[in-house]
Amino acid sequence: MTAGQLPRWVDLGLIPFLNLAAAFLVSGLVVLLIGENPLNAVYYLLLGSVGSVEGFGYTLFYATNFIFTGLAVAVAFHAGLFNIGGEGQAYIGGLGVAFACLALDQYVPWYVTLPFAVVGSAIMGAAWALIPGWLQAARGSHVVITTIMFNFIAAALMGYLLNSVMKKPGSMQLETRTFEDGGRLPFLNDIFPSAGFGFAPVNLSLFIALIACGLVWLLIWRTKLGFEIRSFGANATAAVYAGISPVRITVITMLISGGLAGMMAINEIMGSQHRLLTDFVTGYGFVGIAVALMGRAHPVGIILAAILFGMLYQGGAELSFEMPSITRDMIIVIQGLVILFAGALEYMFRPALIRMFAPSRPVSA
Amino acid sequence: MERARSDGRTLLIGANDNDNDKVSGLGERMTGTAAIELKNINKSFGPVHANKNIDLVVKKGSIHGIIGENGAGKSTLMSILYGFYQADNGDILVDGKKVTIPDSKAAIAMGIGMVHQHFMLVDNFSVLENVVLGAEDSAMLAGGLSRARTELKRLEEEYELRVDPDTLIQDLPVGLQQRVEILKALYRSAEVLILDEPTGVLTPAEADHLFKILEVLKNEGKTVLLITHKLREIMAATDTVSVMRRGEMVATVATADTSMAQLAELMVGRSVLLRVDKKPAEPKAPVLEVDNLTVTDSRGVQVVKDVSFNVRAGEIVGIAGVSGNGQSELMETLAGIRRATRGSMKINGETIDMGSSTLDAADMRAKNMGHVPEDRHRMGLINSFSEYENSILGYHRDPAYSNGLFLDLGAIKKNAVGEIEKYDIRPPNPMLKTASFSGGNQQKIVLAREIERDPEVLLVGQPTRGVDIGAIEFIHRRIVELRDAGKGILLVSVELDEIRALSDRVLIMFDGKIVGERGENADEGELGLLMAGVEDKKNAVEGDAR
Amino acid sequence: MFEMYFQELILTLDSTLRLATPLLLACLAGLYSERSGIVDIGLEGKMLGAAFGAGAVAYVTGNAFLGLAGGIVVSVGLALLHGFASITNRGNQIVSGVAINFLAAGLTVLLGQYWFSQGGRTPSLPQGGRFLDITFPFAEEIRDIPYLGPVYSDLLSGHNLLVYVAFLAVPLTWWVLYRTRFGLHLRAVGENPAAVDTAGISVTWLRYRAVIACGFFCGLAGSALSIALASGFIKDMTAGKGFIALAALIFAKWKPVNAMLACLLFGFLDAFALRQQGKELPLIGEVPSQFFQALPYILTVILLAGFIGKAIPPKAAGVPYLKERT
Repeated sequence: MTAGQLPRWVDLGLIPFLNLAAAFLVSGLVVLLIGENPLNAVYYLLLGSVGSVEGFGYTLFYATNFIFTGLAVAVAFHAGLFNIGGEGQAYIGGLGVAFACLALDQYVPWYVTLPFAVVGSAIMGAAWALIPGWLQAARGSHVVITTIMFNFIAAALMGYLLNSVMKKPGSMQLETRTFEDGGRLPFLNDIFPSAGFGFAPVNLSLFIALIACGLVWLLIWRTKLGFEIRSFGANATAAVYAGISPVRITVITMLISGGLAGMMAINEIMGSQHRLLTDFVTGYGFVGIAVALMGRAHPVGIILAAILFGMLYQGGAELSFEMPSITRDMIIVIQGLVILFAGALEYMFRPALIRMFAPSRPVSA
Repeated sequence: MERARSDGRTLLIGANDNDNDKVSGLGERMTGTAAIELKNINKSFGPVHANKNIDLVVKKGSIHGIIGENGAGKSTLMSILYGFYQADNGDILVDGKKVTIPDSKAAIAMGIGMVHQHFMLVDNFSVLENVVLGAEDSAMLAGGLSRARTELKRLEEEYELRVDPDTLIQDLPVGLQQRVEILKALYRSAEVLILDEPTGVLTPAEADHLFKILEVLKNEGKTVLLITHKLREIMAATDTVSVMRRGEMVATVATADTSMAQLAELMVGRSVLLRVDKKPAEPKAPVLEVDNLTVTDSRGVQVVKDVSFNVRAGEIVGIAGVSGNGQSELMETLAGIRRATRGSMKINGETIDMGSSTLDAADMRAKNMGHVPEDRHRMGLINSFSEYENSILGYHRDPAYSNGLFLDLGAIKKNAVGEIEKYDIRPPNPMLKTASFSGGNQQKIVLAREIERDPEVLLVGQPTRGVDIGAIEFIHRRIVELRDAGKGILLVSVELDEIRALSDRVLIMFDGKIVGERGENADEGELGLLMAGVEDKKNAVEGDAR
Repeated sequence: MFEMYFQELILTLDSTLRLATPLLLACLAGLYSERSGIVDIGLEGKMLGAAFGAGAVAYVTGNAFLGLAGGIVVSVGLALLHGFASITNRGNQIVSGVAINFLAAGLTVLLGQYWFSQGGRTPSLPQGGRFLDITFPFAEEIRDIPYLGPVYSDLLSGHNLLVYVAFLAVPLTWWVLYRTRFGLHLRAVGENPAAVDTAGISVTWLRYRAVIACGFFCGLAGSALSIALASGFIKDMTAGKGFIALAALIFAKWKPVNAMLACLLFGFLDAFALRQQGKELPLIGEVPSQFFQALPYILTVILLAGFIGKAIPPKAAGVPYLKERT
């Protein structure tokens, strides 16, 4: 045991719990500030997100997005890279889905389109992460900054494409035509009609997300590539000593990360909107950072964190309906607080906990 | 005893011993007052008790050495004195007055200056800006800068500390950077100067010059605390020496009344003689041949210059040299971590053009070359990984430990358990995080990994740095066993004793070049001179060191 | 023909100065922070918070200067939060910046709606709540002098106070950075905090002062948006300007005069795009406006890639300072 280390359950259980509790406590204070009862707010939040099967269906729909963007950030974390370009990669990933759907939807059933959409979204997302990844690896320009820049470049590019090249003729909206059935994934309500998902847009993508979680787990902890990614992330010099090429690992990791972010578009575009439109990512990429942080970059943690954020999204809609003074922006505030306490202030409670737990432990040099 | 002292002197800084200084220094030691007094200082980092009940008296106007192995607690103690850490308890007296030193600012105000092992300089600032930093006169810079310029000129004359005030630190050689650190302390009117391992980066000549400067400082009435783990420096430069071992102060004696052997014994707790039992080498055909290897670093400086040598099967070739003379770069280049500008290398009969080679560390391992890197924390291990994961670092692609894309965790753990047993790695738990092992055990993990792959050539850098005595013997034995198994070993160490104890042949590196070659029983003094760049008369005719 | 082009140029440059002002203030804000080693991708959030604070206070009090003070208070508050996370708690500076952007985006609209019930906007500012354009003496009289007249009367004269403040802040920042003790410490702590610490200077207090300076200038930048260039706060009114400022800071290689030039360049691109929208450019034809939106980012990426010079950030940027155990 090294100096000052805490018991495992404190590190993995108590600290995240305290961080989350602090975030929600401050959120409660914000609710109080605008003159509402925080407990009522929690009630409506839970009612909306898990109070009905349909509500839970919405929760799962949002969680699907967060799983993809959370995995994207987490994979990059393992290589010591901070990909905050999930936003742009998911946006461009939408192009891949749209190409597949627009090309095939009138001719083949959805299950033929799906593999093309999955590969398309992953390739487009990966392509958008390729340049930042390569620049970091080969030219040393920091991936945080370049991915931010690429988010804005993606927004401009998509704005242009949807305004001119891909726009539905005669429409005022910046969007493509609506896909036919061959470009639409089945909703869970269609697969399990008796479950009661109602109008919830949760769809087959949820299972793709869960499969992605399993594959990421295998990749990181069971494959040679994962070993190399973790080695590089933990100690880049040792990785070079071990014959692991920094350029190769940085680029491959960013491709995987970007690909995962891009796949978020399957859920939104092929699963729910059935057309490519502007601004369908709206913060999911950034929230992926919070999801990955809270989930400790582990797929199981990411699933749990994604469901939590899904609940906030869905419950927040219900909340703003029942308590109009609490607009949906409250959810952005809560997300901000979770990122702050679980991420940036991660170590805030540590010194106190070390004082509480360390003296009782046997001293060994 | 006097003999031991002047032996040390002769070896490192030449024979121009000035005994009068010593005598006057000793005289003051006997009669002078204490500049610094530490009473019962304790400091713990979590469970590690770095300083235990330390008592220390440093006489005014003396050069006081503190010696101890790596990790003995010397740096921690000095950091407490300089206000970098706070002691858990105990008293500090400066000039007889009890003080508290909450931060470096307080230490500076009490006239304590420190030259850190890793220089505390801003690389892209000029010498002048670095000297002034934190000691400006007012909120505006101009006044402070011009006063500093005048003051620097005065210090330059008084102490012979010449540095151009307008040069950027990044353009200065390390010896001059250290001089800036000393100037910084003097500019702040330091009366007590602490130097933490000051010669680690210096050539013997530079170290020699440094000791002369310290002598001048002493004669001006300053007090010097010299922290080192090198016995020769203590013998050469100090009046009094205190020995630390495992966080405790075990002795304080007048340097003149002790010997290197006695100090060494005090340092490690029992008498040590770095002797490795080995039969004479029976070298066979060369397994590694290096020809005209030249390496340029990222700043464009040639760090390895036209180096040629070979290593035969069944011999240990040691490279002696002061740290920073190209040994590290040479090893890294051979290991495939660094690129060469030109030259070639022949390993197991296969010639590689190093100037155009794109072989990385994995490729070199595939050619049966093992590598124990100089710095296990930085390079040889991943501290956050489990022991078993580190036991295949670099060999994770080996079919023995993988199935297609996947790692074969069963095989990896089985192998790790085997190595733990064979190398007596403790605690014997392959699932434990590597950071939780002691230095010696960590080094054994690296050594086991590299030796058990049965390499034809093994590169070994600083095999026993920060390793306890017991493990040192074990590691040395293993290396000799590998030699006896008919493998070629290239050893780099800055510890001359280690080089002499292990090597069958010694190459001496200075300024990126191999400047000499000696046999098994090389004379220590002669090696020291070669390491300092004094031209090798003996080998001049024979040409390069083949 | 030439007259027309000249007129167009003056108008474009005039608009450039306006558009560059919030960028420049935010860019200088980032400069103080990053030079001290604290990476700040929360410039956007601080600007947004300041824009809201300024808009709200200026509406309630009817006083532009009180509004400005309100904007600065909000921004410095967020900056202190960033400091608490990244200096005191040694948290991840990028994550902290992201959190601040979220907080500002959410809170401004939530509180705006609660206080003013206008969908997150602040109400249109009353007389005196806004910084009005300042006309230089004799601007009217000399307007007709060829070339010199329009430059003085249309380009230099007729901007609001914060435009002049922003451009005066450039030499001020240069002077602080290179001629004062604080500047020396600031530059040193961003390169080698251990050197500063061992010189007896508190790294913590120094970095806090840097983030406060950052908050102050972000406060000016946000206020410029809501109570000088516009008349009130609008939801998400920064629209990425904080990130363009960050790009400009990199483009400027963390130097004040370069920062001004970079912001002028990015402001010019913006102004040019606005004025040329829908028009055909000679030889090229119509350029989509999105191209101009993306251009600052593209240029910054090219710079970062090292194809036009090399942008090397302060060495200690983004690394929390921890006294190391040796």
